[in-house]
Amino acid sequence: MIGGYSIGDLGSILAMQAFAGLILFSVFVLMALGLAIIFGQMGVINMAHGEFMILGAYMTYLTSNLFKAYLPAGAFSVYFFFAMILAFIASGALGLFVEWIMIRHLYRRPLDTLLATWGLSLIMQQAFRSIFGAREVGVDLPQWMMGSLPVSDTIQVQINGLFVMALTLLITAAVIVLLFRSRWGLQVRAVVANRPMSGAVGIDTRRIDRLTFALGCGIAGVAGAAFTMIGSTGPTAGQLYIVDTFLVVVFGGAQSLFGTIASALTISQTQSAIEFFLSGSMAKVITLLGVIGLLMLRPQGLFVLKVRR
Amino acid sequence: MASKTPSTPTRSGLRSAPRRKLLLGTAALSAASLLPRRPFAASGPATSAINTTGLAVTDEAVNVGILHSVTGTMAISETGSVEAEKLAISQINAQGGVLGRKINFIQEDGASDWPTFAEKSRKLLVDDKVAAVFGCWTSASRKAVLPVFEQYHGILYYPTFYEGLEESHNVFYEGQEATQQIIAGLNWIVKEKGAKTFYLLGSDYIWPRTSNKIARKHIENFLKLQVVGEEYFPLGNTEFNSVMNKIKLRKPDVIYAIIVGGSNVAFYKQMKAAGIDLVNKQKLLTISVTEDEILGIGGENIVGAYAAMKYFQSLDNPNNKAFVSEFKKMWGEKSVIGDVTQAAYEGPWLWKLACEKAQSFDTEKVIAASPGIEMKNAPEGYVRIHENHHLWSKTRIGRARADGQYDVLYETADLVEPNPFPKGYQ
Repeated sequence: MIGGYSIGDLGSILAMQAFAGLILFSVFVLMALGLAIIFGQMGVINMAHGEFMILGAYMTYLTSNLFKAYLPAGAFSVYFFFAMILAFIASGALGLFVEWIMIRHLYRRPLDTLLATWGLSLIMQQAFRSIFGAREVGVDLPQWMMGSLPVSDTIQVQINGLFVMALTLLITAAVIVLLFRSRWGLQVRAVVANRPMSGAVGIDTRRIDRLTFALGCGIAGVAGAAFTMIGSTGPTAGQLYIVDTFLVVVFGGAQSLFGTIASALTISQTQSAIEFFLSGSMAKVITLLGVIGLLMLRPQGLFVLKVRR
Repeated sequence: MASKTPSTPTRSGLRSAPRRKLLLGTAALSAASLLPRRPFAASGPATSAINTTGLAVTDEAVNVGILHSVTGTMAISETGSVEAEKLAISQINAQGGVLGRKINFIQEDGASDWPTFAEKSRKLLVDDKVAAVFGCWTSASRKAVLPVFEQYHGILYYPTFYEGLEESHNVFYEGQEATQQIIAGLNWIVKEKGAKTFYLLGSDYIWPRTSNKIARKHIENFLKLQVVGEEYFPLGNTEFNSVMNKIKLRKPDVIYAIIVGGSNVAFYKQMKAAGIDLVNKQKLLTISVTEDEILGIGGENIVGAYAAMKYFQSLDNPNNKAFVSEFKKMWGEKSVIGDVTQAAYEGPWLWKLACEKAQSFDTEKVIAASPGIEMKNAPEGYVRIHENHHLWSKTRIGRARADGQYDVLYETADLVEPNPFPKGYQ
């Protein structure tokens, strides 16, 4: 008997917990990716990240309603893919606009961006409330995305979990390709390493910043669209994700994409394991204590990029 | 807060309140006498007789306050209460008002922020001199305004079901306290569904923790059954996969869930995704999901769950049918009405009945007249105010349908006595 369970149960516990941890990991990566790109590249702490996610969630809600109202019933089963694309475009476009009207004036004042984006998050919340109502909206999902695949009596694989994992894999791969195989990625990495020098060799740092911010926001939008499967869609739902997101990004080391992934893995597995043997609240407390402890030893986070300032 | 003796005003309150009231009272009287007399007051008694403490009462009108969050996180929940209170007020006015006076409401926004609630309630009581306030939703907001209402002798009608352990001279609790909701529900599921083992879940704050404490004591000490797990999640938690695994392994007969807010949505969606079948296999009893919450959760994710509360929109009685149709006429065909919304609707009516019994708007007289007040036109049926300021009410069990409504399966034969300080459960 371990933790009150019989030996026979332990096998399925391990399998199910590993899977639960993997889902949490995918969710964390998806949440943190957009923030990590923006934070790492521009040093802007985007407090409105959660709201960009919820914008994506609301786009999903709108798309599902549009599909239900105007398209034949068969089309509904694939609406989610269109919704994610729309979510990316909407959040990305808003990101572009916000960068132009607000963020670019504040690049030299990191603390002010914190305050400004926090204000932005309040504005967006109230806008959601005025447009979509204060209550949470229910997003209908196509039938095939719900439920689970039974492997054995106690082992079941959630379909939406698989979906989030696949999506995370896809987006992470796309971002890695963009960052390390494209011309834009090269420029981004150059700007991260040394901003004045990149400017001096003719890289348009303004443009890079704007695109990076838009991309980060767009990914947040896709994450939000995906999270309609597992969470709530309401004006303030973005706040539910923001703390975990920052935790992952800061713990991973702000400027490293791989750090973000590694930290998401560590935090998610720790949390879901502790949650299993203790309880939800204790898992949060212990994870936070662990992260704080490690950050005291390694203030830069898990992975540090060598950057000239 | 329960340890604080109710109705003991602080020293500064004792010193300053009467004089200020006297001044404002005379001001209100002279202002009122300048106004032309309107037909509304023709039937009512003289203002000087029914308002001796300087409240905002004229020959034509009486002011009351509505204090809920219409912005911030809690706006999701509190919007329904505001709508119900406005509906009740407009209906009372259509019937000739209270003591011949039309009710005017002054609405303030608590903004989901507890100090703001306290500040706004002070404004309503001190500056606006309202005769009663309908408001608050979370226990935290109620605790924040409690000293203000006790100091300035206001009356608060509080609509939400809550954890109990409170009994203020200045508050009327329209929702059920914990034992009313919990005990009848547990008894039912044990008797009708043969449940033997329970897994208690909740969001991590006072209401779910107190409620689960009562549930555990009732299960273990009175029903002699077993609790196989008890667990809490931070407010706003969105990941429930680990607990789903635990539930699958411990195989409780009943999941007893008191999860609130956005977490609710995540919880039921993930439960469905984890293959826990509430329709055929797993029994789940909740006291925190009303029709309002199902809007966000989605009916197909929660279909089959049982809920124990005092009101469901689908209740089949003439009062409720009239109420639902009036509510939809005022606030739109798509509105849904949950337990708290219905309770909020009772506030203005209970206050009206108490004022008429007291033949006065003076808060102390209204409070004194309140115990024993019967509301016969309540949508939930008949309710009565107990000496402890809570309501006698029936508890009902509903089962969630895919369209977001509940089928009412059971109601207690008699009204359940409110017992905010239950012996043997603490």
